[in-house]
Amino acid sequence: MLSTRKRIELIAGALILAGVGLMLYKVFALGFPLLPGASRDVWTVESKVSFRPLRKPGPVEIELKLPEPKAGWQILDEHFASSGFGFTLQQRDDARWAVWTRQSLEETTTLYYKAQIYQPRREPLRQNSVPAIQQPMLEKDQATAMDRLIANLRSRSSSPGSFTGQLIQALGEDSSDADAAFLLSTWDDEQQPVLLAVLARAKIPARAIRGIRLEDGRRRQRLSSLIEIHNGREWVVFDPATAQRGLPANYFIWQRNGDNILNVVGAQDSQLEFALVSNSLPAKTVAVMDERVERFALLDFSIYSLPVEQQGVFKGLLAIPVAALVVVIMRLLVGLKTSGTFMPILIALAFMQTTLWVGLAMFLILVSVGLWIRSWLSHMNLLLVSRISAVVIVVIFLMAALAIGSYKLGFDQVLTVTFFPTIILSWTIERMSILWEEEGPHEVLVQGGGSLLVAVLAYLAMSNSLVSHLTFNFPEIMLSLLGIILLLGKYTGYRLSELYRFRALGDER
Amino acid sequence: MFASPAVLRRNGILGMNERNVGLIGKFNPRSRFPLVDDKLQTKKAAQAQGIPVPELYDVVEFQYEVRDVIGRLEPLQSFVIKPTQGSGGKGILVITGRDGEGYVKSSGQVVEAEYVRRHLSNVLAGLHSLGGRNDKAMLEAMIDFDPYLASYSHEGVPDLRVIVFKGVPVMAMMRCATHASDGKANLHQGAVGVGLDIGSGKAVAAVQHGNLCYQHPDTGASFEALEIPGWPQVLELAARCVEMTGMEYLGADIVLDRQRGPTLLELNARPGLSIQVANQAGLRHRLARAREIAAAATDNAQKIELARQAFTVVS
Repeated sequence: MLSTRKRIELIAGALILAGVGLMLYKVFALGFPLLPGASRDVWTVESKVSFRPLRKPGPVEIELKLPEPKAGWQILDEHFASSGFGFTLQQRDDARWAVWTRQSLEETTTLYYKAQIYQPRREPLRQNSVPAIQQPMLEKDQATAMDRLIANLRSRSSSPGSFTGQLIQALGEDSSDADAAFLLSTWDDEQQPVLLAVLARAKIPARAIRGIRLEDGRRRQRLSSLIEIHNGREWVVFDPATAQRGLPANYFIWQRNGDNILNVVGAQDSQLEFALVSNSLPAKTVAVMDERVERFALLDFSIYSLPVEQQGVFKGLLAIPVAALVVVIMRLLVGLKTSGTFMPILIALAFMQTTLWVGLAMFLILVSVGLWIRSWLSHMNLLLVSRISAVVIVVIFLMAALAIGSYKLGFDQVLTVTFFPTIILSWTIERMSILWEEEGPHEVLVQGGGSLLVAVLAYLAMSNSLVSHLTFNFPEIMLSLLGIILLLGKYTGYRLSELYRFRALGDER
Repeated sequence: MFASPAVLRRNGILGMNERNVGLIGKFNPRSRFPLVDDKLQTKKAAQAQGIPVPELYDVVEFQYEVRDVIGRLEPLQSFVIKPTQGSGGKGILVITGRDGEGYVKSSGQVVEAEYVRRHLSNVLAGLHSLGGRNDKAMLEAMIDFDPYLASYSHEGVPDLRVIVFKGVPVMAMMRCATHASDGKANLHQGAVGVGLDIGSGKAVAAVQHGNLCYQHPDTGASFEALEIPGWPQVLELAARCVEMTGMEYLGADIVLDRQRGPTLLELNARPGLSIQVANQAGLRHRLARAREIAAAATDNAQKIELARQAFTVVS
């Protein structure tokens, strides 16, 4: 019979080896990158088409225009989810359409189209032919206002390009141009149709580009539009929000010309939303990944097989074991005192959302104001549960006050204060307050400082790009971490703090 | 500034991790913890064994009792309120006398009945207890402590902590409250820890805040002259607690009462490590020796006898 120590060592060793072994296997056999720098950003775009049935059920047909890769983007992989729907891919003119059909529809339904895209290099848009300009249909007063606006802008610009820039500014929020304001009001305050109509009347060929602004971790991104004009020699892209020229970085063009992207027949309230996640992977790996996941399903427990939304959640979740390891090391090997065992991890998770300095400042403000109010509560002789509940309410109130106050002053970042765990903060304040009364402010500083130090270290570990790359791409590392933590659980050596504590006993005798 | 871990190991200093894994985890069965953590259970078990403990006046268990508890306190001149599951001496209120309607705390401060009620509410709500669980409050007799030790304590009662391993007393100290520790006997709050010789009950060394000292900082009493009266009874009392609890590694907190002699105050299943600093000696070698003694000896008296020979430092 093995002793417990031996048994733990065996189990821990097996776990560590399994984790490292799986990781090496993925690196060498499956071509996963070990370092974050060795790869490109691959975006996973999950398009969700959701719609409600009509009151009178009938056949439903959903058509989604699929993106044509442009500006150097490439589509690596596509997936369609169509439960209970007939599905076909159709080529019409020069566009591909995904078509879902069904005899009848009973409930709100979501269809998915998932694509993995990446941009090996940025390329300019292809210069294609200039279509004939179609004049907009205008009321008399609209035409007058538009002509006046065009004359006004022409006098201030030298080329179709600068004309467009001026026009975007005139239609912008800060503009004081009365004609522009009038035109916007007749178009329901929508900027883009006005823009296109004015350009058409000014005889400048123009069209809207529709696509997605790629932001990592976004869940409900909508399509956004750019404007493209032909200045006589070439097509030039404008951002209608900022009047900036050229295609923005991280903008994925869905369609460059044409009209609808989504056609829905037999349903209502249709919506097109996108969930986005960016991963660092070599293009090669992504291209063959799905095939491999099926072949090596047992060996590869990759997070990539999950829906994109959950992948985003796991990205954060998988970093927590690293923070746990930091806590274990600081407590067992260094011997820092913290208030509450895992409170530092929760604070560190909040720091991930708020960024470090803002988070630290907010934490200190919340806890010190909370302590001050708590000291007042302690004079009222309340029962413990209602006293803590009172502190919870005070903390929420403080958070709201902090957010509102700083938002008015123009610090948007402080709005992330909501990511602090309210209940944990309240308990921290309560414990600190008791500690203050019983052991004095010195002990409060020791434990509060210890907790903050561990929280900051855990934050630094979790936000490290190498760490997040490794934990996300190699979740099996968790096995190794588990092994290390088990081993540390049997560590019987001295803590660093004890070398100081027993300094008087450290002389040879 | 820092001690070398190799030297600490040679000197037999026990670290926190080793205490948790190698001693408490191994020798103290989880199922027996409630008996030690709950002072009321400890007291009842001790009384059943005939081990002297401070007399229990009353137990307050529910919040509604707090309102009219003052009536129950009326006949008592002095008393101590303790949470039954308190840790580290937290939540102990000592009332040494009465001043009209007021109550005199051990510091001499006079408080009102409202203060006592609030203290009881906090105790019941679990403010001072392990894990913040709801708790009961014990009202018990104040120790009428031996006048010989009075000069070694500023307010409060000096208590003796004896570490017992497998029924063998291995190390002992006296904890003396000071002005800096606010009358509390906690070493990290500034109380003086006086290491006691297992053989004779004489002082080995004394430390405050980890530094050696030779006399009590407030009363000026010299530790050199200290010799605990009735030392063999103290050791015997501590050793008997092992049978009572079924714990093999135990810290017994004992006070000397003027009439009753050594009296058990409470037991500790996770005794701290500062006792090593107070004794200027490590526990590990002594624990190894204690194992041999426990294996060789047949009864408590023999274990104590062998321990007193083995662990004598001063004569």
